[in-house]
Amino acid sequence: MSKFSIFIIPFCIGVLFLLVISVWKYWRWIKGFDKLQRAIIRKNIFTWRFLPAIWEAFREGLLHWRITKKNLLLGYMHRSLAFGWFLLIVVGAVQASLGYPDGHPLWIAIFYNYFEIEASPVDFRHAVFFANLMDGLLLYVLSGLFLAMFKKVWSRPLGMKRTTRHTLTDRVAKLSLWCIFPFRLLSEAVTSAIHGNGGFLVKWLGGVFESIGLADPALEYTCWMLYSIALGTFFCIMPFSRYMHIFTEVFLIYFRQLGVHDSDKKTGYTMFELSACSRCGICIDGCPLNRQLAITNVQGVYMLQSIRNLELQRNAEPIAENCLMCDRCVADCPVNLDLSIIRRQVRIKNKVAIDNKGGYEYLRNIHPFNSIGRVAYFGGCMSHLTPGITRSMEAIFNAVGQKYWFMDKDETICCGRPLLQQGFEHQAFELRRKNTEMIVNSKATMLITSCPICYQSFKKEYKLSIPVMHHTEYINMLISNGQLKLRKDDRKVTYHDPCELGRGCGIYDEPRNVLSATTTLLKTKEEREKSLCCGFNLGNPLLDIEQQTKIRDAARDNLLAPNPDTIVTACPMCKKAFTRAEDIPVKDIAEIVAGNIINP
Amino acid sequence: MKDFGFTISKGRSLDLDNLQQDRVDKLLELVPSYKLCIGCGGCTASCSAAGFTDFNIRRIHTSFLRARYDDLDKQLQKCMLCGKCTLVCPRGVNTRALIINMRRILAGVDSVTVNEEKGVVL
Repeated sequence: MSKFSIFIIPFCIGVLFLLVISVWKYWRWIKGFDKLQRAIIRKNIFTWRFLPAIWEAFREGLLHWRITKKNLLLGYMHRSLAFGWFLLIVVGAVQASLGYPDGHPLWIAIFYNYFEIEASPVDFRHAVFFANLMDGLLLYVLSGLFLAMFKKVWSRPLGMKRTTRHTLTDRVAKLSLWCIFPFRLLSEAVTSAIHGNGGFLVKWLGGVFESIGLADPALEYTCWMLYSIALGTFFCIMPFSRYMHIFTEVFLIYFRQLGVHDSDKKTGYTMFELSACSRCGICIDGCPLNRQLAITNVQGVYMLQSIRNLELQRNAEPIAENCLMCDRCVADCPVNLDLSIIRRQVRIKNKVAIDNKGGYEYLRNIHPFNSIGRVAYFGGCMSHLTPGITRSMEAIFNAVGQKYWFMDKDETICCGRPLLQQGFEHQAFELRRKNTEMIVNSKATMLITSCPICYQSFKKEYKLSIPVMHHTEYINMLISNGQLKLRKDDRKVTYHDPCELGRGCGIYDEPRNVLSATTTLLKTKEEREKSLCCGFNLGNPLLDIEQQTKIRDAARDNLLAPNPDTIVTACPMCKKAFTRAEDIPVKDIAEIVAGNIINP
Repeated sequence: MKDFGFTISKGRSLDLDNLQQDRVDKLLELVPSYKLCIGCGGCTASCSAAGFTDFNIRRIHTSFLRARYDDLDKQLQKCMLCGKCTLVCPRGVNTRALIINMRRILAGVDSVTVNEEKGVVL
């Protein structure tokens, strides 16, 4: 029996090309890792961290668990294509090695039905079972393919209001991918019409073909050739299209489990992230710019696409600038890409020319205060526009007898995060250095801040050796260790999760615990990870006040839906944004607590 | 400047020969809300940086319009982009965008830095 036919050539060329290009790309990217990333990899590579990586790669790369949690049907679609195809390859390989115990070339597993044509193969046990299993798997993949086609026409039932506008390369890649499985079914059916092999599906279709006179060897050959060409085309175009995510995601998961993370400069790790984006478009629907302002070309998927694609690179900066940095897309992303960090890389790159002009003499005017045994309290710039928050915090400190140093009571510099978000890396660094020096020299034991922007900055961008707490965390701690006694009033409130506190730092439960202890907390439709941005986030320098107001109104409507007496938030910026809407009282969590203290 | 034989102290003179109108036009194009400014100075009053430096947005804005570009760049460097001025502005001027774009214009960097051949180089 022959083990070769001319039609395998396109497939083989495709596989070889894919292999060479992938190895070359991955090698280049791994060489592009920066010093810290290399050190992390070296430290952790011989540990057990590969075990969770394998589990996550299986769960996300094949089962698409996070997408399934978003929408069952969408998850099924992705799973059937990924896991189904994976099983087709694995089971096909097993089938081929059983069918050819003396060894066989690679392509036998792919074109098995063409080479193994006996009607009821007796060469190995369970051959019929395997044939049926392969047909079942093909049917599974085809069902996903059908859903994918359906999604192209009408995506709503799959939980997506908007889908991505793809580039030409991506469309060609998708077309070739969509051709692979129908062609496989056709070729196997025609072979079955001639030889009567295959499982339940192929045999049935083969019977139909035979009855209408399609049992033609020339047709058979053409079909297999088309199948091979579809495979070859897909493999050749894959490294340059969004389908590069198939392998890249596995690498990314592994590096992430090793502890590697992105930095402020583009590195090899960023390249892995760029290619791990499958351009599924899930980031588009949640984006407040899309929902309230119908701006549909700046979301994470388009940003990554514009950085990766040479022709679109000129769009990268305008796209990167137009973003609230509310992290909603980061929460939605099924691949967990650091979209905001990559966006910031573009911003930093484009501010190089105007950053670092020197002139930091003014920083010398700020002096620390000896605070041994005290906690440092950093209200944040914005809290000075909402003095109720700082007054309440002072009342709380006094109620529990905590000595504190109000770091920015009169005047001090900003934490530096607003500058960093806009890409002024050097200037932000100078501010961070000064603040760090102040905090270290004060010898304070803990840093408490009222502004989630400062909180995220102190927590993630500073390297402080003392604990950093947002005031919601601090109040929650005081309540749980019994230092602060509060009475519960009969107000009904809804809580707004500030982007920087919730999605940014994962503080969801502490504010809710505090509010449950003092008021009746009502649930809202979109809260926690799905919370809506108030629109006044400092991330976006382009929006005008009308646009911000539109985004704010959507968030406000969500908070007002359960008919609360008061809206509560934990961010001076959000408070200011909602206060302007002037519907009902807007309070910061510290103000609610300060009003309900029953400490002696 | 034409010398008409009068002595005018430098601080009071308005040297329009220096004025680069294209800079002002560009700024108005990039930050349309700038047209709404009534010069109330709310931005300056609320400014974090003004607390311990001589940073003064209102003066910077006047200097920019009157072609006194001398130390503008260095002055603008003191802004920390904290956003208080934007929040207090009664006219809804996007003061942060104003400052970022002023810095770009003064540095001669277009709002979008694109290399014609390579695109935006990251």
